[in-house]
Formats: sequence, structure tokens, C-alpha cells
Amino acid sequence: MSARRPLPRWADVALLPVLNLVLALIVFSIFVLLIGQNPLQALAIMINGAFGYGEGVGFTLHFATSFVFTGLCVAVAAHAGLFNIGGEGQAYVASLGAIAVGFLMDHTVWWLVLPVAILASMAVGAAWAFIPGYLQAKRGSHVVITTIMFNFIASSLMAYLLVYVLKPVGVQEPSTANVVAAGKIPQLRQFFPWFGGAPLNMTIIFAILALIGVYILIWRTKFGYALRTLGHSPSASLYAGISNSRMIIIVMMISGALAGMVAVNEVLGVQSRIVIDVTAGYGFVGIAVALMGRNHPIGIALAAVLFGALYQGGLDLQFYMPAITRDMIVVIQALVIMFTGAMEGLLRPGLESAFMLYSPRQKADAVARETVGTES
Amino acid sequence: MSQPHSSSNAEQRPSKGGAVSDLAIELRGINKSFGPVRANRDIDLKVRRGTIHGIVGENGAGKSTLMSILYGFYTADSGEILVNGQPAHITDSRHALQLGIGMVHQHFMLVDNFSILENVILGAEDNALLASSLSKARKELKRLSDEYGLSVDPDAIVQDVSVGQQQRVEILKALYRGADTLILDEPTGVLTPEEADDLFRVLNVLRDQGKTVILITHKLREIMAITDFVSVMRQGQMVATMPTKDTSPEKLAELMVGRRVLLRVEKGSAHPGKPLLEVKNLVVADDLKVVRVKDVSFSVRAGEIVGIAGVAGNGQSELLESIAGMRDQLSGDVVLNGHVLSLEGDDGAHRARLAGLAHVPEDRQTEGLVVQFEEWENNILGYQHDPAYGRGLLDIAAARRQAEERMHKFDVRPANPRLKTANFSGGNQQKIVLAREMEQDPSVLIVGQPTRGVDIGAIEFIHNQIIKMRDAGKAILLVSVELDEIRSLSDRILVMFDGKIVGEADPATATEGELGLMMAGIGADGHAARSGAGAGPAHAVGGDQP
Amino acid sequence: MIDFKRHLGALAAGIGAVALLAGAALADPALIYDLGGKFDKSFNEAAYNGAEQWKKETGGTYHDLEIQAEAQREQAVRKFAQAGYSPIVVTGFSFADTLNKVAPDFPNIHFVQIDSVVDQPNVQSVVYKSNDASYLAGVLAAKTSKTGKVGFVGGMDIPLIHNFFCGYKEGFMATNKDGQVFENYTGTTAAAWNDPTTAGELTKADFDKGADIVYAAAGASGLGVIQAAKDAGKMSIGVDSNQNYIAPGSVLTSVLKRVDVTVYNAFKDGDAGFKPGVVSLGVAENGVGLAMDDNNKSMITPDAQAAVDAAAKGIADGTIKVHDYNTDNQCP
Repeated sequence: MSARRPLPRWADVALLPVLNLVLALIVFSIFVLLIGQNPLQALAIMINGAFGYGEGVGFTLHFATSFVFTGLCVAVAAHAGLFNIGGEGQAYVASLGAIAVGFLMDHTVWWLVLPVAILASMAVGAAWAFIPGYLQAKRGSHVVITTIMFNFIASSLMAYLLVYVLKPVGVQEPSTANVVAAGKIPQLRQFFPWFGGAPLNMTIIFAILALIGVYILIWRTKFGYALRTLGHSPSASLYAGISNSRMIIIVMMISGALAGMVAVNEVLGVQSRIVIDVTAGYGFVGIAVALMGRNHPIGIALAAVLFGALYQGGLDLQFYMPAITRDMIVVIQALVIMFTGAMEGLLRPGLESAFMLYSPRQKADAVARETVGTES
Repeated sequence: MSQPHSSSNAEQRPSKGGAVSDLAIELRGINKSFGPVRANRDIDLKVRRGTIHGIVGENGAGKSTLMSILYGFYTADSGEILVNGQPAHITDSRHALQLGIGMVHQHFMLVDNFSILENVILGAEDNALLASSLSKARKELKRLSDEYGLSVDPDAIVQDVSVGQQQRVEILKALYRGADTLILDEPTGVLTPEEADDLFRVLNVLRDQGKTVILITHKLREIMAITDFVSVMRQGQMVATMPTKDTSPEKLAELMVGRRVLLRVEKGSAHPGKPLLEVKNLVVADDLKVVRVKDVSFSVRAGEIVGIAGVAGNGQSELLESIAGMRDQLSGDVVLNGHVLSLEGDDGAHRARLAGLAHVPEDRQTEGLVVQFEEWENNILGYQHDPAYGRGLLDIAAARRQAEERMHKFDVRPANPRLKTANFSGGNQQKIVLAREMEQDPSVLIVGQPTRGVDIGAIEFIHNQIIKMRDAGKAILLVSVELDEIRSLSDRILVMFDGKIVGEADPATATEGELGLMMAGIGADGHAARSGAGAGPAHAVGGDQP
Repeated sequence: MIDFKRHLGALAAGIGAVALLAGAALADPALIYDLGGKFDKSFNEAAYNGAEQWKKETGGTYHDLEIQAEAQREQAVRKFAQAGYSPIVVTGFSFADTLNKVAPDFPNIHFVQIDSVVDQPNVQSVVYKSNDASYLAGVLAAKTSKTGKVGFVGGMDIPLIHNFFCGYKEGFMATNKDGQVFENYTGTTAAAWNDPTTAGELTKADFDKGADIVYAAAGASGLGVIQAAKDAGKMSIGVDSNQNYIAPGSVLTSVLKRVDVTVYNAFKDGDAGFKPGVVSLGVAENGVGLAMDDNNKSMITPDAQAAVDAAAKGIADGTIKVHDYNTDNQCP
């Protein structure tokens, strides 16, 4: 029976993730050494690639924008005790909402298109998430299973639509036609040439708004209060007169709406059309982002930038260090997910002990609490 | 000096030769600190062989720590343990067992789907060949059963027998392993009065056969009834040890709390008004769709406390949840202030509150509170819709202010609304719930297990608050498994058994024996209310207990 | 253990290298793979093999890259163009949109777009008439099948693959108008290219319906078709590269799409030999065709060989026009 004190908050939210990240990089360095390359050089290229010049920063932030949406998608559901793995499919299907607005309003101006497209893709994402939410609330079908299934359904549906319905005749690639005017959300490089060829676009404003909005929603509104009650204890929420089933449906829809915004960023912000797998993998990265960001908007923002940097720095690394293949980049992403997510607790006991060593008072508090816990 | 009847393990005990002390256990100057918290301070304790020795004290007084040291869970910082006069350094529970010390925990450590015989030998198998162990154990078990009057069916499956029987299995387990000294931790908490009486009979036999019993309890009545000696602990110290016959419950309570405590609830007579809560032909099922409340009807009038007595798991929980709107009834009605509670949706608790109901749930940890929340967040639980806490956006400042006021009013310590709820003691957590529910000024208050896991000092406070609500003209429904609590607070007692109200009693005239019989499902004419009376509660405990 | 000084030096060198590479004008060729990745056992890998063959024969160097997200397409192309690589070969129709944007910014760099048409003065577009080659496979299947029923297992359910099916069906029906062709696809996501299990099951289902030859146009999933045919004692038709050797006596033939030759030629021609415009590789140009070698010699009857040769001649001289799915999104 060794009593430990939970870490101070700053250590929990900042120090531990950083140490986990360092650990992931160390393991990655071993792999790099094994293939005969210099890990420090690799690291330098990656950091420089992600933050060292305008275009790199632009790409990092562009990816981060999408990861913020999918990370928040996972986090909002997690606060209500739901594990929404369906961000991928919700974002993918939501691209229909984005492109529809893009076409319908292509003759107007972008600053009208952007908010309407955001709303439309949120609505479609919410609708797609509504079904698993409804099945969980009313039929008890576990949302983890149904959202996974809905990712497959989404990809089949989109492939069908792109191949048989939306593809212009004569085009070989399964894709929609392009938006050509107002439907193209301006990229920041048009105003700041520093960003080079980066596709970072105005959608990032909505990512920032979403971060703030989710913070207010979860911690400052009565709805968020009910949501957190459900997440901590469904029985207490029942006791408090909160309709758990209604809550589950609404939360899933909010979650799906957040994922839906990815579509605007990718479809109208970069591609000007829907292509196959336009949201490839962002929904799943969102799970890692939420996990690493502790479901808190600030953490999610930082984790999103980190994963954006891994994507962008990874490409640079591949480019400048040809021995590093794309698979190696996937390895480092997996290592970061593993150490900051799945094995997040690896360093925790040691760190807690270290803290107690330097702070006997805290140790005392910890033991006292544990003692009280055993007396009953 | 193995006793003639002790088991085969007896030879291993280090009490061979030398003068035998008449003390089974002696603790000298035991100290145990957890940081600045001194859980045990210079504890001296002498437990004489062949006696029943009670240890009383409030939660956190250090009883459990002391027993954990004796049983090898913790090692003392300083001090000495003597077993049968020999110094012993007890390192773990296996070692404690070798020294003849056995423990019966509050929560049984049995494998539900094993037979009683298998449970008894579990972990004490002689060799890999189970069959030979079993046949040997069967003989030994029979001998122990006969000798101590602990009759059990060795082939019965544990989950099919009553709680009282399960407790016997725990005792037999300890005896089978050669225990001479038995520590029982709150053994009667889960028993009916009848089963408790049975247990006391067994403990008496054990003592008469030369065994030593250490009984940890907070029920002073039990101390008075069964023990030979009693020790009182307060704030980590042993404040008194005396022969039981020289003391009284009042004196013990005073020693425990450090001030005078009123054990009897002082209340005037009730002046009931019109019915505010009516339950009509209510039928309720649990989560597994098993019908738990079977056609129950009663009413509670303004200005009276109606107590529902019964052994845990006889449908009281489902009854309370149904009245509170948390569980849909299969049929029948709940009428609050003349409003029939509707069944639509799963936010019935919200509608019940709108109709004037306040609810102190049986389980504050999972229902009444979100323990991960800060205190002020729990202060609005269930009333989050109240515009006083803002519209849409949460008025956090207002909620905190109100929480702090209530904490002072109900003497919640520490009175810090920013503290995480899990960090409050059980009594303070219960006060947080009570403050929230009572301050709503409801017309009907339903209360489940108001003092479960609560200190004596807080119990007094809580009981007085409930009486105050009654005197203010509220209709109060009280459910408790503590018969004493029901008897002292209620103006009328309804006894629940197997989902039905099997009788009504006047607390002024009903004896404990009469109530106990009703709780066991045996009517006034001595017939069991149904065959296999013990099975109901036993199943319930298997499924419902936390 | 670690020589820090050396590594710090390398660190500085690394940063230096970034600057160096970004500014240098190397005339090396480059190759960018589609999302499927370098080793997809299909045309990305064929492109890689062509590049490797060029490297081995000429001793030259080239640079290649795999992208991870849609948004990186343009970035990858720009990076190579900025660094001065030329020609830059991109595999897969998904790059077409990107090249339309990037190519005008780099008029001095040459691009080769495989599998799609990009109308820019510095882009060469290479497309394969896979419908023509599939037509020949259909003719051969019709002549070889004893049951008059054959199957088709496509990878992803997309137009590119539909074009394979249409040609196959057309050739088959032209030879045996009472026959039957069963159409299947392994999936709708990129995973469909690497799912031999599903492909095998689909093949068995076709056999159960009476088919005795199944044509696989499914990337790595096709290996499942070949295996299932071998196990059932039936026949299969491979795709892209010559797969006859995988199960001699069971693989009837392979429909070749010489991506490797294209990359090899593009690298070999270099900037000097670069010709913009559309290169449509059909049967006549030897860009597509059926693989005939020792492994399948015994399975081809003289009658079948004659029919295939006649069809090939007809396609080459224009007397047989094989329908192109991409013109109207329909199979005749």
C-alpha cells in the first residue's frame, strides 16, 4: 500500500505530456539510428519543416485546424461519457453540406459562403451522428460500435455518390465538379505571401471560435453542467432529473457538428471539390488529439498543433532524408499516440513519487486521504 | 498449547512451551502515522483470552488502522505486538493467520459461485489433489460446525444462501485455518435482527470454547449486549478500556465523541395534516426486469414521518426511486400534492421536484452527488434549471455564494465550495445532500439511509434536521435498514418484505422482536410469509449491495 | 556512447541541408506516388520498378516521395519543382487537378502525369487504354471458358476500374454473345486494393455460379483471386504486371499496363527528350497487352490465339472500337 498524491495540475497538464512526447521521440530516434540515419538531424529537419518557414507553419496550422475540429468532436462526447469514434465518417459526409453551399453560393462572396458552409456541414455532420446517438439512447446499441460501422457506411455512401452521381462525365477521378468563385474559401497566403503554398485558410477562425465555444459550453452553461453530470455519473444525472437519452442524442449531434467543420477546411479551403477520402484519417487523429489534450480546449489546441507539425514535418523529413519513408512517419505518429495516449500512465507513478520526495507535506495529505478512504 | 479442538495448523504457532499469558493479544505503544496524520497514537490494548472485546469509535478514530496493523496490512511505526505473550512481528495476513489471528471483513471475501466447502478451503488446500483436500476438509468442517453451532450445508452454493449463512462461512474459514482470535469488522451491518441474534449466539459459544473475539462496531447496543470488555478510540487514541458491565451507552457515546451526546431523538408528538404523498397499488421492477415492489399502497401526511423498515434488498430502493421519478412503475400511481406523476421520458426526477418533492437518495456517492465535482456544483444538482443559477449560462458566482451559505448553515466542514466533493468525509457529504434538498422547502421529503457511514455527532444533527422538517409540516418518508433509526424517528412504521408492505406498527408500542419477525417475513401468527424466507434477502444482497 | 559533438555538427548540417536542397537546381528526375504508397503491388510499385530499372541501367539518381494526406499533393509537387527536379513523374489521376495548378508556375520544369490528362504545355499525360487490353482478355476468356460464364473482381468501385470491366465484357460478349459476365468489387475505400480475402471469397462465389475464369483488376487484392482459382482448379487473369508466374497453369494471362516502361522512358528521355501532350498507350503502342510466356503457353489454344491476334489487329487498325467508360460513365 503506497499512497501517492495526484500530480499538481500544471504537472498533469503540461509536464507529463511533454515527458511522454520526449519518450516517444527517444524511441523514434532508436528507429532512426537503426536505419543508419542521424536522429538529431532528423529531428532538426522535422522541427524546421513544421515551424521553420512560412509555408511549413501554414501547413502545420492547416492540419491543426482539422485536428482541432475532430479533437473537440471526441472531447465533447467524452465529457458526456460517450466515445464517438465516428468523427471520420461525420466529417466525410459533412463535405456534402460544404460543397452544396459552395455550388449554390458560388456566385456570391466568400464571407457569405464561409459561415453558411460551416452551418451546412455542421448540420450534415450532426445528422450523421444523430443516428448512432439515437440508437444508443433509445435502443442501447453501443455508440462505439455504431460509430465505427457508420464510418464504413459513410465511406461506401460517399464512394457511391462520387462515382455514380456527382462525378462529372469525362473525369476519371471520382470527385465532384469544382467550385470556382466564391465557393473557394480564401487561403491566408493570398494576404500573407509568407505562407508560401500552404493551404491554411479562413476556416481556422472557426477552429478558434470552436475552441472557445466548447469551453463555454462545457464549463459555463447549464447544458454543459448537465452534460458533465451525465459523463461522471449516469445515475446521478438520472437523479438530477436530466433526460439521459435526450442528452446523449444532443451531445452526439454537437460532436458530429464539430467534426463536420473539417469538411469546410478541406473541401472548400483546399480541394475546391470533394475527392475520395478527402478527410482521410483526420477523424481518427482527433481521438489521439483529444486523448493527449485531456479533453480540454487548450490541451486540444496544443495537441492539434503537435499533430499538424508531425504531418508537415514528416513530409519534409521524407523529402530531405530519403531513407526515411512514409511508413517511418506513421511510426512516429503512432509512437506519440501510444506514449501520450495509451501509455499515458507509464511515467505517472514515477513522477508522482518524485513530486512527493520533494514535497513531504503533499505526501502526508495523500496518505491521510487514503487512510480516510479505508475507514468506513 | 494448542487447544484440543484447534485445527491441524495449530502446531505452527509459536506458543510452544513457556508460561502461557492469559492475554491473547497485547498491543504496547503502537504508533502509526501517515504524514502528519497520526492514525494511531501510543495505543495500549490488552485482550484477554476467552473474552469478547468490543472496540468502538467514530469513523476515522483509528479502529481500522489498528486492526490492519494487527492483521498485517500495515506495519506500525513503533510499538510492540504480543500474541499469546510472545512478541510478534506481523508482516502480512498469512503470517497473522499462522499466529492464530483471523479476520471477518465487513464485505465478504467469498467466491459466489463456489460451494461453501470450496470457499472454506480456498487458498488453504493441502496439496494439488483437490479431491483428497475436499474429503478431509469436509470432515473438519463438520467437526467445526458441530462444535461451535455453526451449521451450514457444505455443498450449498454461496450465492444461494442467506447473508447470515455467508457470514458463518467467513467465520468457518477463519476457524478452519486455525484462528484462535477472531476479528469481526461491523458484522451486523448486513444482518436482520434475527440473524444478528444468531451471530451473537455463535460468538458466545466461541468464547465459551476458549476463543477470543474482537468486535468492531459502532452500534453501542451490541457492545452492551455481547461484549465482556470494551475499548473506546477517539482521534487515534485509546481513550478508555473497561468491563462492559461498568459502563452505559451514554457514557460510551460521550467517550467516543468527546462531549455529551443525545442518543435518543427528542421529538414532540406529530400533528399530521392532509396526505401529501400517496402511493397507490405501485408495482416496480428493477433494472433486470425483476418485480421488486409488489402492489404497494400507503400515504404520508403533512407533519409526519413514516418509516419503512426492512432488510436491505426487499424493494425499498426501487420504491424510493419510483417515488422520486427515477424509475418507471409498471402499474399504479404516485401522487404528489394531488399531482399524478407522469411517466413520459426519463427526466421524471425533474417533474417530481417540480411537484414539490425533495429526495435524499440511499446512495449519495453514485446518485446524490457527483463526487468528481466541486462542492458548489453538487449544491445545484437536480435544481440546475433554477433561474437563480442563471439562464442558459451558469451563474457560477451565485451558485458558489449559496453553496457557502448552506455549508455554514449545515455545518459542513471545511466550508469551502471549491473543494472536490470526494474529499469530504461521509458525514459532510451527507450534509451537503441534506442541505440541498431541505433548503428547497419541499412539501414532501423522501430520505433513504440518512446516516449510513455517518459519524455519531453528525447523526444527531441529521436526525434533528429531519424532525425539524416534520415540525414544519412536511410529509417525510424515511427508509433505513437501521431499525433503531426507524424506531426513534418515525411516527408510523411500515415493514417491507419481499416487495410488499407486510405490516404497520406504532413505534411507541412495537417491540424490536415483533418488528424483526415481520422483517423476516414471518407474520404475527408465526407463519412464514412465503417459503424459503431467507432466499429473498440473500439474492438481493448478491445483486444490490455496492 | 553518443558523440554529441558529431551529432550537433550533423544537426547544423541538417539545417544547412534544408537550405541547400531548397535552392539547388538539380536536374535529377523525381517520382511522387499516390496515397496508395510505393509498395502497393500495383501501379505505384510498377512505377517504382521502372525508376529502379533506370537507376540500375544508367547509374543515375532520382528522388521519390509518398504523401500522407490529400492536402500534401500540391506541396509535394511544388517542393520538387522548387528544388529543380525535372522531369517530375506523378502516378495516379488524383494529381491531375494539382498539376493544373502547379505546372504553370514552373514553366521550365517538365511533368509527367500518369493515368490522367492534364492540358499544360510542360506536362506530358500518359493514359493507358486498359479497356483495349481488357477487351483482348475478354476475347481470350470467351474462347477458353468451357462454361460460357466468367467473372470479374475489381478493386475499388471507381471509374478507372469500371473501364477495365467494360472492355473485358465487351470483348467477351463479342466472342460469345450468349455468355455471362459476373461483376464484383472488393470495396469502396482504399483498403479495397489490399483485401485478398474478400477478393478470394468473391472469386469462389463466381465459381459457384458456374464461372471458370475470373479476371482480377484489384491491385494486391488480385492475389486472392489467383489463389482461389488455383485452389479450385479454375483459371484467373492477372493485371498490371505479368502475374503469370504466380500460379503457372492457372493464370490464363495478365493484362499488362506498362507503367514501369512509362517511368523508365520518362527518366531516360529526361528533359532533352521531353514531349508535352497526351500519350495514349494502346495495343498498337505496346503500352497495354496480354502477357504470353512459357507459364501460360500450354493454356492458350491455337484457336484462342488466333482470335486474340485478330482482335488486336482490329483495335490497332481501328476496325474494332472499344467503348471508353469515361466518355459517358456507362458500359454498353
